[in-house]
Amino acid sequence: MQSEWLYVGLFLLVGIIVPVVPLAFAALISPRKPNPIKQSTYECGIETVGDSWVQFKAQYYIFALVFLVFDVETVFLFPWALSLKQLPLYVVMEGIIFIAILVAGLVYTWRKGLLEWV
Amino acid sequence: MTADKVIFLLCAALILGSALMVVLTRKLIHAALWLVSVLFGVAVLYALLQAGFLAVVQVVIYIGAIAVLFIFAVMLTRRELLDRGPQTRSNWWIAAILALLILGGLVFLILGQPEAGRSAAAIPATVDTLRNLGMALVSPSAYVLPFEVASVLLLAALVGAVYIAGIGKK
Amino acid sequence: MNFLNDPINFVASWLHGLLTGWRLPDGLATVIVYFIGIVVLVIFAMTLDIGLVWVERKVVARFQDRLGPNRIGPFGLIQPVADIIKLVIKEDITPAGADKIIYNIAPVLAAMSVIALWAILPLSSKIFGVDLNVAVLYLVAAGALGTLAIIMAGWSSNNKYALLGAFRMVANIVSYEIPMVVTLLIPVILADTMSVQGITQAQSGMWFAILSPLAAIIFLISAIAELGRSPFDLTEAESELTAGFNVEYSGMKFGWFYASELLHAFTYGGFMAVMFFGGYGGFFGLETIPGFHWLTNPFVEALVFIAKGMLGYWVIMWIKYSMPRIRIDHMLAFNWKFLTPLSLVVLVDTAVLSKLLSGLPAWEYVLGMFLSNVIIAVITVEILRGYGRKQRLAEERLPAQAVHN
Repeated sequence: MQSEWLYVGLFLLVGIIVPVVPLAFAALISPRKPNPIKQSTYECGIETVGDSWVQFKAQYYIFALVFLVFDVETVFLFPWALSLKQLPLYVVMEGIIFIAILVAGLVYTWRKGLLEWV
Repeated sequence: MTADKVIFLLCAALILGSALMVVLTRKLIHAALWLVSVLFGVAVLYALLQAGFLAVVQVVIYIGAIAVLFIFAVMLTRRELLDRGPQTRSNWWIAAILALLILGGLVFLILGQPEAGRSAAAIPATVDTLRNLGMALVSPSAYVLPFEVASVLLLAALVGAVYIAGIGKK
Repeated sequence: MNFLNDPINFVASWLHGLLTGWRLPDGLATVIVYFIGIVVLVIFAMTLDIGLVWVERKVVARFQDRLGPNRIGPFGLIQPVADIIKLVIKEDITPAGADKIIYNIAPVLAAMSVIALWAILPLSSKIFGVDLNVAVLYLVAAGALGTLAIIMAGWSSNNKYALLGAFRMVANIVSYEIPMVVTLLIPVILADTMSVQGITQAQSGMWFAILSPLAAIIFLISAIAELGRSPFDLTEAESELTAGFNVEYSGMKFGWFYASELLHAFTYGGFMAVMFFGGYGGFFGLETIPGFHWLTNPFVEALVFIAKGMLGYWVIMWIKYSMPRIRIDHMLAFNWKFLTPLSLVVLVDTAVLSKLLSGLPAWEYVLGMFLSNVIIAVITVEILRGYGRKQRLAEERLPAQAVHN
């Protein structure tokens, strides 16, 4: 168990080193002649107007909130899925009740019109 | 000092340093990213404690969903992403003393425990912790009620969020 | 134990013996052996990645009735190497006003989130990184890091297109992750384990794609969304966002975004094979017949796995190059109003039937599972047909003016 996570940790470390090496190499040998025009924000040839950090639709956030709730739910379902084979049929019912309560939430969101983009 | 302890100390330093940066940095988006670093450090701690499931769930939920939601909220709500003005108030030293007192109290309490300083016995390889967790969650003699109530709690959170978002829509 | 039957353990134990022979402490020797093994595996993945660049360019050329790269080397095989040299010696432009640290971390994180997946990728029963007992969730966790990388890249570039791409990424994650995690639960239920080796071995007699074809299809769709490939490539959307989140990246930093996208696609083809198509095994019991024992050789298994992964990659490319981009509201509606409810129905169906049919003979179990999926599919199609008819009638009844609004 312990050595498994040691392996994963080392893997993440190598996963960082491998992309960094070509980047460092490129930084050493590639030319570097910055000028203001070259470094200006790219916008199809037109000069940028205003701040880049513009305001966005709040709708994105609502979808992200619904996603968060369902994400937590599905994580709860993994231990449940692993206990299915060991325990009798009532376990399935528990899982179904769990899912049904959340589907009720999805239906509520749907009926309230929050799943529409506009 | 064993390798475990070295990793623990490095990880604890990462968590503490990142946590400090969360409150010290002036850019809100940087604070959110330092928070990701804290959460990742906590995931490593779980892995050290042989709680692989919790470690992965920490990354999936906290980094994959909650931190992203934070970054999002920051990007949505404020056009000016810089925090200007002083970061402390005149009575910051009272807070510092209180924090130190609480830390001292905690250390005192922990050292008073007979188990303090002992490392836990390793979980035998034959024990399937993950399956035990699943069984405990759904068997009626254990935690089936909290399991179902968690679903209701999530429903309540969803309904609340939808309701508040719905006010603006009308 | 010999090299042909168990190559990794053979080399590892030899190396470990060598290192401890040099009086290195046991723990340090283990770490060094792990490190060498990981570096070899990652270099293999990167070599494959270079090959994928060529495959991708050749395949897209054929789809679009072109020849593709054919100048450098036979069939243009050396083209990716030339590409890499070009990327490395290109000037690296950091846009003014970019958040430099985050801007530089993002491509590394994007590559890392893909390379991390190779830690659990079971190339064969003996050639694999690590057999985590939470491997299925690890897959989702690595995806979370990739999401973060794209948001960081989009935000730090100080560019409106890039920021739009980052915002759409969040729309993308809300559209893929729920159905994907729910369909990942189905192999977990069927195999009764979360380790990828266990899931592969549980399919030695019967692929899960036959037990639950709907789950396989939903997983494929949500995997494409997770990869951000067409029809779900709203984060890049070159015709509206020029290149989306990576528009300000140049040189090797852009190269890493590109390389990790290709490797990601192949890796997901591989996971598609692991979860639903038997992974490196799944020969329907053929390997137990005398004369076919060579199928369980780790090298043969690895070849089978890479072939299946390539097939999955090819299907993903096929879809990418034949489908137009989907509109964002359609994508979200498709996910929340169709894919998520459908995946939950398939999950409940699998859970109930795996319990009810567990006592039956194998072929009845398989038939029952398969038929239940067919029934769900037919009902779904009927519901969609009814809904479509209703909408068509409603549109016909409306005057033409109202439609314009």
